[in-house]
Amino acid sequence: MIPVVIGTTFIIFTMVWALPGDPFAGKCGDRPCPPSYIAEQTARYNLDDPLLLQYVKYMGNLLTGDLGETFRGTQVIDELAVALPATLKLTTLAIVIEIIIGIGAGVLAGLRRGSFMDNLVLLSTLVVISIPIFVIGYLAQFILGVQLGWFPPTVGRGAPWSDLILPALVLASVSLAYVARLTRTQLAENMRADYVRTATAKGLPRRQVVRHALRNSLIPVVTFIGIDFGALMGGAVVTEGIFNIKGVGGLVFGSIATREGATVTAAITFIVIVFLLVNLLVDLLYGVLDPRIRYE
Amino acid sequence: MSEPTRLGGARDRDNVQREFARAPAEDITLPSPEGEPVPSEDVGKPRSLWQDAWDDLRHNKLFIIGSILVLILIVMAAFPQLFTSVDPRNCVLQNSRQPPSSEAWFGYDLQGCDVYARTIYGARASILVGIFTTASVMIIGGLIGIVAGFFGGWVDGIASRITDVFLALPLLLGSILILTAFPSSTDTPELVVIGKVVLALALLGWTQLARIMRSSVIQVKNQDYVSAARALGASSSRIIGRHVLPNSLAPVIVVAMISLGAYISAEATLSFLGIGLQPPVISWGIAINDAATYVRTSPHMLFFPAVFLSVTVFAFIMLGDAVRDALDPKLR
Amino acid sequence: MTVTDITVGPGDGGARDEPLLVVDDLQVEFRTREGVARAVNGVSYTVDAGETLAVLGESGCGKSVTAQAIMGILDTPPGFVTGGSVRLDGVDLLALPENQRRAYRGEAIAMIFQDALSALNPVYSVGRQIAEMFRVHRDMSQKEGLVKAVELMDLVRIPAAKERVNDYPHQFSGGMRQRIMIAMSIALQPQVLIADEPTTALDVTVQAQVMELLADLQDELNMALILITHDLGVVADVADRIAVMYAGRIVEQAPVGDLYHRPAHPYTQGLLRSIPRVDAKGTELFAIKGLPPNLTRVPPGCSFNPRCVYARDVCRDGAAPPLEQLSDTRAVACHFYEEVLGGEQ
Repeated sequence: MIPVVIGTTFIIFTMVWALPGDPFAGKCGDRPCPPSYIAEQTARYNLDDPLLLQYVKYMGNLLTGDLGETFRGTQVIDELAVALPATLKLTTLAIVIEIIIGIGAGVLAGLRRGSFMDNLVLLSTLVVISIPIFVIGYLAQFILGVQLGWFPPTVGRGAPWSDLILPALVLASVSLAYVARLTRTQLAENMRADYVRTATAKGLPRRQVVRHALRNSLIPVVTFIGIDFGALMGGAVVTEGIFNIKGVGGLVFGSIATREGATVTAAITFIVIVFLLVNLLVDLLYGVLDPRIRYE
Repeated sequence: MSEPTRLGGARDRDNVQREFARAPAEDITLPSPEGEPVPSEDVGKPRSLWQDAWDDLRHNKLFIIGSILVLILIVMAAFPQLFTSVDPRNCVLQNSRQPPSSEAWFGYDLQGCDVYARTIYGARASILVGIFTTASVMIIGGLIGIVAGFFGGWVDGIASRITDVFLALPLLLGSILILTAFPSSTDTPELVVIGKVVLALALLGWTQLARIMRSSVIQVKNQDYVSAARALGASSSRIIGRHVLPNSLAPVIVVAMISLGAYISAEATLSFLGIGLQPPVISWGIAINDAATYVRTSPHMLFFPAVFLSVTVFAFIMLGDAVRDALDPKLR
Repeated sequence: MTVTDITVGPGDGGARDEPLLVVDDLQVEFRTREGVARAVNGVSYTVDAGETLAVLGESGCGKSVTAQAIMGILDTPPGFVTGGSVRLDGVDLLALPENQRRAYRGEAIAMIFQDALSALNPVYSVGRQIAEMFRVHRDMSQKEGLVKAVELMDLVRIPAAKERVNDYPHQFSGGMRQRIMIAMSIALQPQVLIADEPTTALDVTVQAQVMELLADLQDELNMALILITHDLGVVADVADRIAVMYAGRIVEQAPVGDLYHRPAHPYTQGLLRSIPRVDAKGTELFAIKGLPPNLTRVPPGCSFNPRCVYARDVCRDGAAPPLEQLSDTRAVACHFYEEVLGGEQ
């Protein structure tokens, strides 16, 4: 995994700071960057040094927690630290929702292929996948938050859990749809497998037979949730923006608007590294879930 | 989904990625190559997978609906004048936020522009981005996938490492990064802005297709007819061109079609965030962004572009779904 | 769910006036896009305790479908049982509601399948899968079940059973996996065991071992064994009686010796002639011409007629020849069986 981390951060770094052209274009709001900032960043990132050296020093800085400075003078790492808890809460909630509703719907649909429930799940997931998350966000905010008043339309200070339910639902929506479809397909397929026929022939009650199939079906689903984490974080930028959540996503959202290049880059690099860690975790988890991989 | 043979084999992250990565089909069955032998007395004309698929598709309601929608949208993108005679840039501030009426079916937006006209003209940006991104992704990803899958060995090793690195960048976040690095402003020419978005999405999207192509190629190259061609002295490029490529295409096409919808959605999201397409380019994402703050008072400004956007994505995904089901040999 | 209303344990033929398992005029059809396929078209056979019936036939002849219908594990849809009865100890299984039927599965009738690797759940240990029989049918705990599992693994001659009880199916060889399936199936000492091509996926030497194991177990438990296969070699050693199937029907039933030495049906004769013989070196191999029919379009008359060397007009028109009893032990469905019995062709 280390080579991938290195490769990815290198690419990010190169793209942002080291490609031909003015690396400071559009990074400081609507105006060109103040010369003092330029001088400081150039020194800090050694932009006059050869590329590799730049990258190495950059990584060195990263590892010591120096994620750079915004042109307004604040430390990016500080802003990130403040923003992290809200995003953690939101993401956790979203994943829980994704698992419960997604797998639940997928199981119901997968067991009754061709039924009304199955078609309902298929159609609704298709619709959800088709509507971009920001549209879902606005609609949810408007209809459920403002019109019906079931949820607060924006999230208050400190991001209390109750305020986060609606945003978490929105954030989870697309991933949930994919999880449902995947579970459905996997379950339907596994129910036709030979070992399920054996389980039935053993005289097991239906619930137990389904458990046999489910155990196999959920392995790819777990893997998917891990891989999907990156997309989830992308969605978090939009969701936190719409619901005014002061999390990492909201940080990125705001920094895009104010053209704060350093913050955007640092925050996204951070997210990417977390994503890689999540993938590593999923890899390990996979070995736990699937004994065939364990013993090779 | 063809259950990958897991016995003893390393858990192929490729397999999981290819099957379960987002936006494209969650499950792709790799169809077997041309024509299975028919074991019955009345051996009819040997049918290829594509013929069977087309027969199925012709009668598939979803496919028909999806195709009609997509066709309408493409025409809308190419010839918006057919749908409206109003100039989308002819904005009169006095009309700002007027609701739908007989003169303006969708009402007016914040600047007083005709929402209907802007919505029709907005199709072009989205469709262009979708098509160009998909084409680029197919070329880049396809090439890398074929090379990696066919030649194997260290070539595959390098290609897979590179793919891994790019895979670590999620689509949205990665494109935000790229577009932040190469910002556009209101004076950047329209084509350049669209080009940047296409480039950003393509740079991040090719990995998925590369994986699928690679798996597909690996499966095909182990078939007997490829060994036979090799034994007959066919060169690598000929084998690839005549045998491997045509038979590996099916899952790639399915994924490409479904991804098209995802790219349109991504472009809209980027525009919504403010780093995708910029005014004066007319795009659904920008329209929705502008309309968001007024959703309470003037919902029509957000509603119409949002519906068009969703229907577009829906149409492409539906198409891809239908094609995938038609190509799935398991459902025969 | 424990069984309360059926007798479990070694059957005794004396208490009944008919054999232990009676399949009577079973009909199964498959409704597909291309039409309705009569997969099982009036099949009748019986097996008694301690007896081995081999059901012989090519792929697609309906032998497996019959077995699945007996067990009640047919894929419905597209398969539907449309007629006939299956009586175990006098009780018609097809007429029972599903929950009562389920009580028989695993307890009174068990089945083993061809490919043990795909027939066993890859993510559960073999011990757990065997123990499941006891947990579900005998209300035992997981621990008690595992103890029983080790006993059974010993019984089927898996070395180091105690150490291997928590291993997974893919960690065993093909022959061992098949033994594990056997262990699982005889766990509750069923009265009838159906073995669907148990050795087809195995090497020849391993085949012999597995068949020997089956024979031994059958003796010990006085089970009725239905052996489904297309392999004439396997059948010769193990079976008492053979039923030959073709295109969903039984075309001949006979004791082993009679069938091999004096077949009465052209198809059986053809099958026997197809076996390569060592002393026929230098001559061309024999194969029955043609292919089995598409079951959605079975030829009129005798379904074998397109491939039969004895076929005459009567074979092509009219109804399919009925299964005629030639004696207590033999039956054949052919208009011209005397010719077949009489000489070579």
